[in-house]
Amino acid sequence: MIYRTAGQFKTTYASDQAIFPIVQDRVVVTLALVAAFVVPPALASEYWLQAVLIPLLVYALAAIGLNLLTGYAGQLSLGTGGFMAVGAYSAFKLSTAFPHLDIVAVFLLAGLVAAGVGLLFGIPSLRIKGFYLAVATLAAQFFLIWLFNKVAWFVNYAPSGTITAPDREVLGVLVTGPNATSGARYVMALAFVAIFGLVAKNLVRGRLGRAWMAIRDRDIAAEIIGIRPLRTKLLAFGISSFYCGVAGAELVFLYLGSAETLAFDVNQSFLVLFMVIIGGLGSILGSFLGAAFIVLVPIFLTNAPHWLGLNMSVALQKHIELMIFGGLIIFFLIVEPHGLARLWQITKEKLRLWPFPH
Amino acid sequence: MRVKVLLSVLLALAVAAGPLAAVAPAQDKSIFIPLLVYRTGPYAPSGIPIANGASDYFNLVNERDGGVNGVKIAYEECETQYDTKQGVECYERLKSRSPVLVNPYSTGITYQLIPKAPGDKVVIHSMGYGMTASADGRWFPWVFNFPMTYWSQASAFVKYVGQQEGGVEKLKGKKIAHIYHNSPYGREANPTLEELARKYGFELTLLAVDHPGQEQGATWLQVRRINPNWIFISGWGVMNQVAVKEAASKGFPMDHVIGNWWTGTEADVVPAADGAKGYKSMTFHAPGANFKVHQDILKHVYDKGKGAARREAVGEVLYNRMAINTMLNVEAIRTAMTKYGNKPLTGEQVRWGFENLNLTEKRLEELGMKGMMRPLRVTCENHEGNGLALVQQWDGKKWTIVSDWIEPIREVVRPKLEAAAVEEAKKLSYTMRDCAKEK
Repeated sequence: MIYRTAGQFKTTYASDQAIFPIVQDRVVVTLALVAAFVVPPALASEYWLQAVLIPLLVYALAAIGLNLLTGYAGQLSLGTGGFMAVGAYSAFKLSTAFPHLDIVAVFLLAGLVAAGVGLLFGIPSLRIKGFYLAVATLAAQFFLIWLFNKVAWFVNYAPSGTITAPDREVLGVLVTGPNATSGARYVMALAFVAIFGLVAKNLVRGRLGRAWMAIRDRDIAAEIIGIRPLRTKLLAFGISSFYCGVAGAELVFLYLGSAETLAFDVNQSFLVLFMVIIGGLGSILGSFLGAAFIVLVPIFLTNAPHWLGLNMSVALQKHIELMIFGGLIIFFLIVEPHGLARLWQITKEKLRLWPFPH
Repeated sequence: MRVKVLLSVLLALAVAAGPLAAVAPAQDKSIFIPLLVYRTGPYAPSGIPIANGASDYFNLVNERDGGVNGVKIAYEECETQYDTKQGVECYERLKSRSPVLVNPYSTGITYQLIPKAPGDKVVIHSMGYGMTASADGRWFPWVFNFPMTYWSQASAFVKYVGQQEGGVEKLKGKKIAHIYHNSPYGREANPTLEELARKYGFELTLLAVDHPGQEQGATWLQVRRINPNWIFISGWGVMNQVAVKEAASKGFPMDHVIGNWWTGTEADVVPAADGAKGYKSMTFHAPGANFKVHQDILKHVYDKGKGAARREAVGEVLYNRMAINTMLNVEAIRTAMTKYGNKPLTGEQVRWGFENLNLTEKRLEELGMKGMMRPLRVTCENHEGNGLALVQQWDGKKWTIVSDWIEPIREVVRPKLEAAAVEEAKKLSYTMRDCAKEK
């Protein structure tokens, strides 16, 4: 009833090719975006912003990045943590070496450095595919983490090997460093996710995205119709790493404040990959849903016993949490192998007919 | 299809309601202290005795004395798995209950919390871990790491080795290997060891072991190749057991293998069985359950069925350490009460208590901890206190103290520490306070 599309005629190419062709979608997304910018900084508590929303946004950006590579271009990668580390460490080096450089520029440059590294490690993708490529990217993960551990220059010779986000402003408001409010950091993260989410959405609808999907679905056929595999695959690696790099910089600068290489270990790579798989391969919305699932469900499970008034030991609680979380992942994949995004799509189709499905 | 709808609803509910559930009931008449514990994961062997020691001592204070001068201590555990992100989530969640102090029990989490402390008005007590530079109270008013820092410990280790070799001048040309957990924690001792290697002319090899520390085959092959005279281990969790086992199986003389004070509890040596005999570790307090405080804990906590550990585990090295840690927390609160009265205090008031803590021999005796640790005095400038180190040795059944109190090489450590404090404080844009003006 509320989601009827009857009467919405597409009379121009532009309206037919819009990101959200349905009026209701446009309204809801615009409202949600405005609300996301306004409501949490005004109302949410420190806990919500710091422990829930900021990590959600950071991981959503990383998941979009990996989804471009794995979901759209079909190149399996386990190097996400490494590429995030490249972004984080180059952002740290850039912002400490050039204190007057705008922090937004620092993030973008850090993303470019990560993109360069991604390109380099993407070269083998021309010859190796599937699981073998996963192993090659896993090597990137381990090599990069080893590098940042080994070479003290990357951490400005700090004896602890930790990188700390310095105080930096955007338009006169502190957005990074220990003195920045969580509201400011949240808005900064949200702005990045909103802009780069839009860019990603348009990328995958355009020529490049179609080339990626052609390569993913059958690379030989794609080559025959004139898509250059080397260029397309490398671009996928580069752009994906750019996203991951910016997400890594955000992880340190906006979320944790200081970090060591452990924050980017191989578990991060798996975590982001799970987000993409659970959210839905080849879906931008899926990246957000997957990130929400992986970030929020454990927090819910940790808090649930409290909520229900159950008094159990924290160890038992943690074990139960891990079991339920693992169970949920398997359950969702069995019920809907195409991820949460597909679930949402089905819901939407049903909604269009509701309440008169026949 | 109904299943899917149900699932979607459930998921949405979980996503929306998860963090909402974090609102905990407020408690008025008590002092709240969050406990960031790790009873699961690869660091559980170290985390469990620590967590037990903390809750037992708080229970003891509540049960035996009815709290601190009548004000009860409320605590809540939160599982971090020694993971920085989970630790921050825990801290933020428990912050809603207005804590006055926090013992992070992880150097990584300490680094996360240090920038938050002045804003949140929460004292950080990182006892014998955390950021060494924070011992300079002029720059870091909210962070305390008494009775000792990693750097003091490393210098005490070198001094002990010197004594064993027959004088520090004999260290020249000797080979010492430092096997460390590849994290801020493990790396913390390196600058001091390097400095002392230059000063005394011993040959230092740094060997990193990556998280979580089960893979040490390559490290010990290197150890065998170098064939060092002494090995210093900075490990944590499962890494400790593996390191002790490896050292034993490579036939290295165990009395030349010395762990730092986080690498020497019962759980670390028992898996290596007889091989661990002779293994040493640094410490700053006595092991064992032979003190009056243990009898009190057994009587007032365990006999009432409120004990957190098995009865036999009372008195393990890390259990004792956390009991001491908790005792110091309580005594700092008590000190603050002498100035602000016997009522629930704020973080700022408790900070004053920490800074003016003066634990005398007499007070230790009253607490039933005479001989368990040394008297301690904290000042505005010196948040490390005047702690001394000990060396303990595993005889196959129990730990025994085998050294006198060792004074750290303060003339090397303190200037380095003050220089590092300036560096670290600069990162956080702190300004130095004038301790002469503090009351």
